[in-house]
Amino acid sequence: MSPTILFAAGSGASEHRPLIITLFACFVVATLFITVWAGRQTKSAADFYAGGRQFTGFQNGLAISGDYMSAASFLGIAGAIALFGYDGFLYSIGFLVAWLVALLLVAEPLRNSGRFTMGDVLAYRMRQRPVRTAAGTSTIVVSIFYLLAQMAGAGVLVSLLLGITSDGGKIAIVALVGLLMIVYVTIGGMKGTTWVQMVKAVLLIAGTLLITFLVLLKFNFNVSDLLGKAAENSGKGAAFLEPGLKYGLTPTSKLDFISLGVALVLGTAGLPHILIRFYTVPTAKAARKSVNWAIGIIGAFYLMTIALGFGAAAIVGPAEITASNKAGNTAAPLLALHIGGVDSAGGAILLAVISAVAFATILAVVAGLTLASSSSFAHDIYANVIRKGQATEKEEVRAARWATVFIGIVSIALGAMARDLNVAGLVALAFAVAASANLPTILYSLFWKRFTTQGALWSIYGGLIASVTLVLFSPVVSSKPSSMFPDADFAWFPLENPGLISIPLGFLLGWLGSLLSKEEPDKGKYAELEVKSLTGVGAH
Amino acid sequence: MATEAPPPQGGTDTSPAQPTTESFVEVQESAEFGELRRTYRSFAFPLTIAFITWYLLYVLLSNYAGGFMGTKLFGNINVALVLGLGQFLTTFLIAWFYSRHAADKLDPKAEAIKSGMEARMESGTESGSPAESRMEAGA
Repeated sequence: MSPTILFAAGSGASEHRPLIITLFACFVVATLFITVWAGRQTKSAADFYAGGRQFTGFQNGLAISGDYMSAASFLGIAGAIALFGYDGFLYSIGFLVAWLVALLLVAEPLRNSGRFTMGDVLAYRMRQRPVRTAAGTSTIVVSIFYLLAQMAGAGVLVSLLLGITSDGGKIAIVALVGLLMIVYVTIGGMKGTTWVQMVKAVLLIAGTLLITFLVLLKFNFNVSDLLGKAAENSGKGAAFLEPGLKYGLTPTSKLDFISLGVALVLGTAGLPHILIRFYTVPTAKAARKSVNWAIGIIGAFYLMTIALGFGAAAIVGPAEITASNKAGNTAAPLLALHIGGVDSAGGAILLAVISAVAFATILAVVAGLTLASSSSFAHDIYANVIRKGQATEKEEVRAARWATVFIGIVSIALGAMARDLNVAGLVALAFAVAASANLPTILYSLFWKRFTTQGALWSIYGGLIASVTLVLFSPVVSSKPSSMFPDADFAWFPLENPGLISIPLGFLLGWLGSLLSKEEPDKGKYAELEVKSLTGVGAH
Repeated sequence: MATEAPPPQGGTDTSPAQPTTESFVEVQESAEFGELRRTYRSFAFPLTIAFITWYLLYVLLSNYAGGFMGTKLFGNINVALVLGLGQFLTTFLIAWFYSRHAADKLDPKAEAIKSGMEARMESGTESGSPAESRMEAGA
């Protein structure tokens, strides 16, 4: 489509390419400095995995926000709203409401009864080796789904900013992102990662506030006018402001909307990289406080996605957005360019700032994800399964560092794929897998005294296999022009998000597996877990 | 950020002293703990069901009540947007409501049980140590 517009965006960026690179380099240098500083204080396993459990509720709340507001939120939601109007807004709502599950049911009990990983709580009452293996597997699968989304976001930004269209160039940038994240995590551990996430959260909120302010200023702070202009420019009229543009077309797509909604609201409390953040504070009370801060910060941010998304539709227009990226992932940076003025220094500077913020966002989230999966590999699988609890702390942390390098390389390899999928849609898949495989076992473990090892295994593996298989045979992977493999067609499952089937299945299997279990639940262990989780006795 | 004092040096995560399984079972079966469990569950569980129902209602209305959701209230602001913002508002309110309940009702009960258990653990080791020192003195 409109090559002139693409050219404008491209040339605006390339003239000011040194500025973009300078801003980005500043962030990288600052965060590397933090990482080295944090690395010097990282001595024990508790330092590496949990940042020494010394962060305050506010600091952790900020870091949780930095960990949670990913490229999906910033690039994906803005794009989804800009292209599909109101339907894109569901992401913002689901991503926020989900925090109540974490606050009311998971954060405090988890902080009180676990040590380093999600697996600590899942395996507490159970036979250690099989449940730890299952928990480690699902942690790594969920994190890799999530990583895929972040890497897709990185690839998109690079094409827009640096005008790199060759595959070699994109892979080089994705490799750079992967390399940085390996450095952050292996050297800085949880302490370094936490500080990087805090810095990123501040930058992201500041950048979003700036754009929101400028968008509202353009419409004299009249939200109704902004929405009206967005509807007019979208070519869809009033329907743009109503639900149904993306998901209301057929009965199947309506089911997909419900599936997405369920996955979003139940996914957060099963995301391993979010759960391990609760171990970085000293007490359950501080964990509660950090979730409250996170809800405030994240809620404010998602409110601003209304201005970003509808602003992009009103000011940039859907034609230019789809021309730049089919899935809409470039809506926010393009909005920055337009609001500052296309072909003006202001526009280029804003574009550079917003893009640097988006890069920072991706780096911080990617570091958190890598830390979660390498921690789980080292602590759950290596130390407790392979070495049967005989590994020293030093050996365990060394294993975590090597796992980081390995996962970094895997995600670099994956980052080259999946460029044209909407980043928010990809993250929603990670939410569905987390809600199907992790959440049932977390809740049953904490609250149901008859839950057994067999129930945990059925639930984790059943939820995991069901959700991943359904995605594999869904329109996300094949059969549609927007699929990962548009030319193939093996999609027999009609929904893009598997949550509607796989989440109830995960809960059902956990219940059934426990009922059919020959083994009696361990009453003593449940007493330990329940008393610990509600009172904090003997908490790490 | 530079003004923020760096977090104190993280020490080793030496495993904190753990009560015995028997004492955990004993506490779990105590009336005091039953009260704490009830205070927590009777608040958190219904509230969870309530906000998930309210959220699902919103999702279903978006799906199957397009006409209602599209009703314009003022300017271009329609019911859908107002209900969406309502989800934000209820999320903030529930978070505040739960935290107040936890601080007022749960924390004191949890703290009492915890310090009770810790006191029993300490008195356990104290009653053990004089015996040990007597033995050493005798040897």
